[in-house]
Amino acid sequence: MLGRLGFDALPFYSAIAFGGASITVLGGLVVLLLVTYFGKWRYFWEEWLTSLDHKRIGIMYIALALVMLVRGFVDALMMRSQQAIALNSNGYLAPEHFDQVFSSHGTIMIFFMAMPFLTGLINIVVPQQIGARDVAFPFMNSISLWLTAAGAALVMVSLVIGKFSTAGWTGYPPYSGAEYSPGVGVDYWIWALLVSGVGSTMTGINFIVTILKCRAPKMRLMQMPLFTWTTLCTSILMAFAFPALTVVAAMLGLDRILGFHFFTNDAGGNMMNYANLLWIWGHPEVYILILPAFGIYSEVTATFSQKRLFGYASLVYATAAITILSFSVWLHHFFTMGSSPNVNAVFGIATMIIAVPTGVKIFDWVFTMYKGRIIFHPAMLFTIGFLVTFVLGGVSGVLLALPPADYLMHNSTFLVAHFHNVLIPGALFGYFAGFQYWFPKATGFTLNKAWGVRSFWFWIIGFYLAFMPLYALGFLGMSRRMERYDVAEWQPYLIVAAVGALSVLIGIFCQGMQLYVSIRDRNKNIDVTGDPYNGRTLEWQTSSPPAEYNFAKIPDVQEIDAFWDMKQRGVAYAPASDYEDIHLPRNTGVGVILGGLGFLIGFAVTWYIWWLVVLCVLGVAACLITRASQDNTFEIIPAAEIEAHEKARSKALEEHKPAPGDFWT
Amino acid sequence: MNTYTPKSAGSPGPTEETLDIRDLGFWIYLMTDAIIFSLLFATYVVMFQNTATGPVPSDVFDLEHVFAETMFLLLSSVTFGFASLASIREQKGHAICWLLVTIVFGLGFIYLEVAEFIGMIQSGAGPQTSGFLSAFFTLVGTHGAHVSLGMVGITVMIFQILIKGLTSPVKSRLHRLGMFWHFLDIVWIGIFSIVYMPGWLI
Repeated sequence: MLGRLGFDALPFYSAIAFGGASITVLGGLVVLLLVTYFGKWRYFWEEWLTSLDHKRIGIMYIALALVMLVRGFVDALMMRSQQAIALNSNGYLAPEHFDQVFSSHGTIMIFFMAMPFLTGLINIVVPQQIGARDVAFPFMNSISLWLTAAGAALVMVSLVIGKFSTAGWTGYPPYSGAEYSPGVGVDYWIWALLVSGVGSTMTGINFIVTILKCRAPKMRLMQMPLFTWTTLCTSILMAFAFPALTVVAAMLGLDRILGFHFFTNDAGGNMMNYANLLWIWGHPEVYILILPAFGIYSEVTATFSQKRLFGYASLVYATAAITILSFSVWLHHFFTMGSSPNVNAVFGIATMIIAVPTGVKIFDWVFTMYKGRIIFHPAMLFTIGFLVTFVLGGVSGVLLALPPADYLMHNSTFLVAHFHNVLIPGALFGYFAGFQYWFPKATGFTLNKAWGVRSFWFWIIGFYLAFMPLYALGFLGMSRRMERYDVAEWQPYLIVAAVGALSVLIGIFCQGMQLYVSIRDRNKNIDVTGDPYNGRTLEWQTSSPPAEYNFAKIPDVQEIDAFWDMKQRGVAYAPASDYEDIHLPRNTGVGVILGGLGFLIGFAVTWYIWWLVVLCVLGVAACLITRASQDNTFEIIPAAEIEAHEKARSKALEEHKPAPGDFWT
Repeated sequence: MNTYTPKSAGSPGPTEETLDIRDLGFWIYLMTDAIIFSLLFATYVVMFQNTATGPVPSDVFDLEHVFAETMFLLLSSVTFGFASLASIREQKGHAICWLLVTIVFGLGFIYLEVAEFIGMIQSGAGPQTSGFLSAFFTLVGTHGAHVSLGMVGITVMIFQILIKGLTSPVKSRLHRLGMFWHFLDIVWIGIFSIVYMPGWLI
């Protein structure tokens, strides 16, 4: 009846595992009780869970990302503290537990922290930047969100029921095959990836079409804000790279469950094919993560340098070049696999070439700041921190792109330091900058600056302390993923790294305080104008938070930095009288249901509960057929309602006391 | 201030522009599906010599059988084309008839494919036998699963035409389903040329 699921799946075998499980369960219970206590279930269901409003979907994505950031960071703290004390000792984590910790850390940070974070920012901002009222496929957007959440839930459930994979976030066979990993861990991992991967593919399709088809009619491609450009490129990568992940995870699943021989040692399996397929997705994935961050840095740099972006066209072409090149370098992840020197050389050179467009971007940002009057908003601090630190990571990447050098450093902590050095200052700082920058747009009030500045300093100092020692340790010969070691000279470096992790912990605490203080004082920090930074792009024209329809009148775009241009021409808030009815998608719970079914399918296959799989697949079919047969999925916002809303906003704008620097002073 | 009066009862349907947007989205979806198939093809090409102790391609492929499958599938694409033409000419009855014929051909294709799979498994050439057969069953089976889903889609469309008539949303869905169905034809031509033909020749 329950397949291989039994009471022995509960974590009573280890105090630490039990503690983790208890915190997960208690955390979930507390949320459920609080919602029940405040009687907010109807509100949550009607206003949030079933919402097809891209701004709300974006906020839910970011909430998921922040929760998973904390979870993934706890894993990081455990690894750093274990390695700090594990000289000639077993530390406090058993080897198998340590392996689960690094596997879940990587899986969570990539798939369930970074992906939802960037997708959330894209959802909130991009439709507004292009003067659109909605995304192209709002219902599909909701499915994407709930499939991502379902994948995250699978990883979280593995804390409580059964164990997670010990095969690392890349799950290389043959170790991840049924022969060496017979438990449920790898299956949890596979299904978390499959379920959320489908969601990411759909996000990619959605935003390609949104950007190509739903722009304000007069906005030409070369007038799109940079964040929209990088989103377009990231969406192309998502749509064309994620199918590879689906294929490779499904093949591994077939090997494990049905005894196929794609990647096994025997019967003609070819495990090197796994490495190729995984990284055909995996290398574009790192650009999926970083391109939106590059877009955010571009917006933030221009706004807070109070200048037009330097080299707009070169930034666009650099982004496009990175997009194309990112498909041509996947082999550099496994130079040591034994390809011929010529093959390695081709991929090594292709890898180094990617540094060129990236370098172009760095110079563009620096020149944007040059002679600008820079405002050191926390978003700008994260951007400057990125500029300085990311260059180090990029240079260490060019070093690793040399196959002979890679042979020495492969699988060492030098590599760990390198990819954290590009992903934390490169991608994560960008998301933080975007979070600080667009928070008032999403919520209607600004974030507390002091706590933002504190969190920046603790993050960046913590980053340097945690990862610079790992570069050195790589040269000292330390492999990654060691749960114990017997080289005494490594320990001081690992203790410094652990101190760095503690500093990041304080940084995360500051971010929590920033949220708390800002929400507490929200009435003092209301963003009345919707344009708190004298912004340049169209998202600052809408109110904060924007009306459901974003724009009552579709903006008339004539320039790059359309909103800035409109303010210069004095037409940014031109009153209108001829409002028209607006069609918007009606809320639907089908997306939540599909996410729930996706979770159940993953869970049931992991535990071999086949009847449940069949039921859920039938449920998915029923949902999709019903939805595909509905013609009238829209509702109308009457012109009168829009007019009333816009008049109220004009009034608020007039009454707002201008502050120095406001554009109408 | 004018008050809003709905033009028709209930909420509004999609505009022509929304349908056009959906077509572009579907094209991009087909491209993502094409990537899935191309990786399965690549895997097959990498693995078709990994026969271990099992049979080699020429032992298990019966080209006459495959020819019959091919004819069924290609004809089903032609009949779907007739259904599309009928829907453009607003001929509801013709459209339904041609969709039914398409399902019959599709079922014939699936019947032959399942028969081929069962025969191979019974003769000891199942997907667990070797890397070659794992890749073969996954590639051809994924295509067969797509065809089966397509037939579910055709059934749904027949009911939609019966109940709603050839309204613009229904026609737009039929158009996209047609793209899907013809796409599967192209994939099958790839399977015939890359899997069966060389396997039979070698």
